[in-house]
Amino acid sequence: MSNTNPTEHRLSDEGSAVKITPAAGAASSSIVDPVLECDNVDVFYGNFRAVTDVSMDFGINEITALIGPSGCGKSTLLRSLNRMNDLVDGARVTGRISFQGEDIYGPDVDAIEVRRRIGMVFQKPNPFPKSIYDNIAYGPRVIGMKPSNLDDLVEEALTKAALWDEVKDKLKQSAFGLSGGQQQRLCIARTIAVKPDIILMDEPCSALDPIATMRIEDLMVELKKDYTIVIVTHNMQQAARVADRTAFFTALADDTTGNRTGVLVEYDTTTKIFEDPSDQRTEDYISGRFG
Amino acid sequence: MSVFAPIGRHVGEGTIRGRARGGDSSASSILFLGVLWLSLFLAFAFLVTLIVTTVIEGSPRLNALLLTEFPASRPEEAGARPAILGSMMVIGFTALLTLPLGIAAGVHLEEFSDRNHWWNRIVELNVQNLAAVPSIVYGLLTLGALSAIGVKDKNIVIAGATALSLLILPVIIIVTREALRGVPIEIRQGSLALGATSLQTLFRQTLPSAVPGIATGSILALSRALGEAAPLLILGALVFVSFDPNGLLSGYTTLPIQIFNWTGRPQEEFHVLAAAASILLLILLLAMNAIAIVIRNRYQKRW
Ligand SMILES: Nc1ncnc2c1ncn2[C@@H]1O[C@H](COP(=O)(O)OP(=O)(O)OP(=O)(O)O)[C@@H](O)[C@H]1O
Ligand SMILES: [Mg+2]
Repeated sequence: MSNTNPTEHRLSDEGSAVKITPAAGAASSSIVDPVLECDNVDVFYGNFRAVTDVSMDFGINEITALIGPSGCGKSTLLRSLNRMNDLVDGARVTGRISFQGEDIYGPDVDAIEVRRRIGMVFQKPNPFPKSIYDNIAYGPRVIGMKPSNLDDLVEEALTKAALWDEVKDKLKQSAFGLSGGQQQRLCIARTIAVKPDIILMDEPCSALDPIATMRIEDLMVELKKDYTIVIVTHNMQQAARVADRTAFFTALADDTTGNRTGVLVEYDTTTKIFEDPSDQRTEDYISGRFG
Repeated sequence: MSVFAPIGRHVGEGTIRGRARGGDSSASSILFLGVLWLSLFLAFAFLVTLIVTTVIEGSPRLNALLLTEFPASRPEEAGARPAILGSMMVIGFTALLTLPLGIAAGVHLEEFSDRNHWWNRIVELNVQNLAAVPSIVYGLLTLGALSAIGVKDKNIVIAGATALSLLILPVIIIVTREALRGVPIEIRQGSLALGATSLQTLFRQTLPSAVPGIATGSILALSRALGEAAPLLILGALVFVSFDPNGLLSGYTTLPIQIFNWTGRPQEEFHVLAAAASILLLILLLAMNAIAIVIRNRYQKRW
């Protein structure tokens, strides 16, 4: 993983072919069972159009990676998938984003409920200033889940996030005492605890070392049995290792205003994107000649 | 491959030993440091002189009588009991009036209002300016308001507490906002991303994290109110009170007013009494500030 020359980011040059095969094999070329669908989605900040005309579906129990150069709107699109963008003043979505067939921006849809069903893990681990136990229990408590046994729920979430063995003896200690990688897995466990259907992850490993990164990647592959995962990453090997499908975005100058806006260039199975991209820009990007 | 791989040998001129130009031991640095020390010394010297002379002057009357006796025309029998109780009562009601209001206003401005709306910008600017208005103006404002609603006897606990509340309300609003601003946005996002409502996020994450900052700032604001005399004098605070204040509508006096009164008397013994009461006031203020510091250190958050 260390110091590969940027031109060697191709899948074929990857050392760990073992991990790529199952991910790539899992996806058929067309999505039969989309859980989340974007149709002609534009995202605006005030008058600035950050993302233009994105149409793509996310397959259930798949990992979808969003890649592309900085500023092409990956985070913006991701945040609009669970209405976290509502919290940004002036942010606005047009087009249709549907979750299980229902428009998440529809008139009688509650953003709170959308976020409960579609969870989010952030770039920087952001544990609450509480104990490890309370970090996990927070979600179930606020959304009014009435588990028969909260302790079991906490244990289950921590186990799923592959953190239980490391923290089971210090559940009452502050979450700030954990390492960065452990904190990030805690944040994943916290998200799992409210039993969402989809987990969105915005560069979840960019603050972590290679070992911690590997653990999170293993975890993602494990979690995909129960959840649909959408991950934004700048790490091409990571996309190649974990994602079933990969979407490549880039920023283009808008015809009318000249502002740069994010567009979806190519979306296909990860194998296809990395081995035989149909767009020259994708080819250039993944081979490190651009971006 | 190391980032430090030599691209070609480069050997710099000169040596790293000896003194750097403009370094810590140059003449200008030493001079500057000297001026800083002198300033610190002067400030400290004034403070020490003030405290020492007050303690020396007041020490003969720094006894139990000061705490237990009522003011009297004979200085040796006089004490500050009603003033101490009055101060405590007025500050207590000030806290009761101003904390809920100030914290709620701060929360609204910081967490819920649209910062770019012209109306909110005006409110914000106003709060900043009000924090700098002299205290006597708030006394005049309260006086005017009470006259307008026809209150004749304005020397009552609730009137004093109102004036002091107006005085520190802007400060409480500002410290609340500062404390909330210190809570990282990631905490709010993390909470909301789990499906918490904005009120749950406020009451379970943001506010608890901001409590140390709010508490510290509020105590400092209240200790400022404790030392104020001007707005209360405007309201006609009694200078000679021979009873304990016993409610919102009761007449009262406070320590600063009692001190003001005793200082104005011709007899030397009353000046001693004033000095003793000043020490008492100082101790109260120091105690409040100490509590603020303890809270700050105890609950300091590392993010
Ligand atoms: N809160 C915001 N308000 C206004 N403009 C924003 C906001 N967030 C992002 N943008 C703009 O939207 C565009 C897309 O930003 P975004 O953060 O989605 O890019 P990204 O692909 O995630 O980049 P990176 O890879 O660096 O994280 C950029 O031009 C950015 O300046
Ligand atoms: Mg981003």
